Amino acid sequence: MAKVESNFKNMTATLLVITLVASAALGLVYQSTMEPIDLAQQAKINNAIKAVLPEFDNQPGNEAYSVAVDGGELTFYLATKDGQPVGTAVKTFSNNGFAGLIELMVGFLPDGTINKVAVISHKETPGLGDKIEPQKSEFSVQFEGKSPENFKLLVKKDGGDVDAITASTITSRAYCDALARAYNELKKGGKQ
Amino acid sequence: MEYLIIIIAAIFVNNVVLAQFLGICPFLGVSSKISTSAGMSGAVTFVMVLATIVTFLLQHYVLNPLGIGYMQTIVFILVIASLVQMVEIILKKLSPVLYQALGIFLPLITTNCAVLGVAILVIKKNFNLVEGVVYAAASAIGFGLALVVLAGIREHLDLANVPKGMKGAPIALLTAGILALAFMGFAGIVK
Amino acid sequence: MSKVAQLTKGILRENPIFVLVLGMCPTLATTSSAFNGMGMGLATTFVLLSSNVVISAIARFIPDKVRIPSYIVVIATFVTIVDLVMQAYATKLYESLGIFIPLIVVNCIVLGRAEAFANKNTIFDSLLDGLGMGIGFTFALTLLGSVREMLGNFSIFGLPIIPKEPFWLKEVFFHDPILVFVLAPGAFIALAYLIAIFNRFKK
Repeated sequence: MAKVESNFKNMTATLLVITLVASAALGLVYQSTMEPIDLAQQAKINNAIKAVLPEFDNQPGNEAYSVAVDGGELTFYLATKDGQPVGTAVKTFSNNGFAGLIELMVGFLPDGTINKVAVISHKETPGLGDKIEPQKSEFSVQFEGKSPENFKLLVKKDGGDVDAITASTITSRAYCDALARAYNELKKGGKQ
Repeated sequence: MEYLIIIIAAIFVNNVVLAQFLGICPFLGVSSKISTSAGMSGAVTFVMVLATIVTFLLQHYVLNPLGIGYMQTIVFILVIASLVQMVEIILKKLSPVLYQALGIFLPLITTNCAVLGVAILVIKKNFNLVEGVVYAAASAIGFGLALVVLAGIREHLDLANVPKGMKGAPIALLTAGILALAFMGFAGIVK
Repeated sequence: MSKVAQLTKGILRENPIFVLVLGMCPTLATTSSAFNGMGMGLATTFVLLSSNVVISAIARFIPDKVRIPSYIVVIATFVTIVDLVMQAYATKLYESLGIFIPLIVVNCIVLGRAEAFANKNTIFDSLLDGLGMGIGFTFALTLLGSVREMLGNFSIFGLPIIPKEPFWLKEVFFHDPILVFVLAPGAFIALAYLIAIFNRFKK
């Protein structure tokens, strides 16, 4: 089995053929995974909306609008059932987490009370700050059924009504910050 | 101010090696002596900054406009590999002194995942070019810091009586673990 | 070397993590839980297996001087395929492994096997070699992930390991897990002891 000689022509031809085949293969895989990737992204948002709002029968993803705030973006998803509004899910954020960005999905009922809160993404410390995830601790439960009107969205240390996660005050503050941002914009938007 | 935050975060809080686990192979491989680890750090800094600039421009002016962002991995690794070769050739011609200092480390850098990792992170974090360069340089300094500190400790470990099973990789990993513990103390100093 | 040995050498005798100490970055970074460790291991196994097979098939047509760049292109192609497929069908795992999926391309094990084994052996032997190394890698990552998850979170594959009864057992002795093991320092420390234990039993 004689090795192919390393002259200029052979080397260029080999690299050319390999890169061509590789790009063609990748293009093909990309084409066929494009749709599932899109669907997976949408499903993630949809699941978060479903988790924080009462039952609805429309497609909130199609009735969404975004507002630019504090260098970021809040997205509002309006949910209805039989044509009646059942609530608004707000995708909100805070940059003040212990490890930077925290993204939440908050469900508000039409009267402005918080229904439920879900975490979309965060990089908080496992075992400490990640207790903001509903499946890891009861932290998020204390917000359910409260209206920010009379439930002050600040940790108790700062004179508010929120029980902070032990040893994770910064994370808890950021969480409140994200909720407050969503509520303020919701009120300003006057959409309910 | 913003740059200062990027720098401190990259060197101390999110140290590439001790918190993000990039570039562990050279971290363990060339950390037995301070002098070699300093040489390695120099070479990595050089290549990392250069690679970040080139990959940034490619991503934003070639891959994104063509809509083939998914070719990122393949393009970046080829760019880094050829960049390392080019740097080696150019250094040899232009500055034999520098080549002597850094030359032997250059071939090792292609498979240093810190270089590719930082290049991808710069794109992921949506940095602009200047921020990206600052981030790359700071990450390289963080890499160098961790490497030199570990080398300093390992030079002393040579004199210690390490249990047989712990010799070599295990004791180096254990030392790195304690270093990482120390670096965790920096968490939270910048938001 | 028999075919069986070809397959099994990567699992214990030449285990890429515990014996060769290669591919440390993903090993340390993705093993904060058993599930993540196993996911990373399987993704790497796929790349290792496919690139080993393709490279052993085309090695004789590749001029020596462009061999490394050619191998890198082959490996990077498979890495991108894994990247796209996981993004589509395993979104959660994809997000927790993050940047370490594209970084499989610089995992020394993959290029190492291509250069040291696949380019001078038959396709079938290379397949066995890639599979064995992949299993060894996955085994090591899953083990490390399990140890860290058990100590740092009192669970394995997400299932709690401390019985709820008797009450005092959980409240007095196992109230708080040793958190540091799921954080960065714990990765180094747990791996250090695993390698040391492996060294002890190797002889």
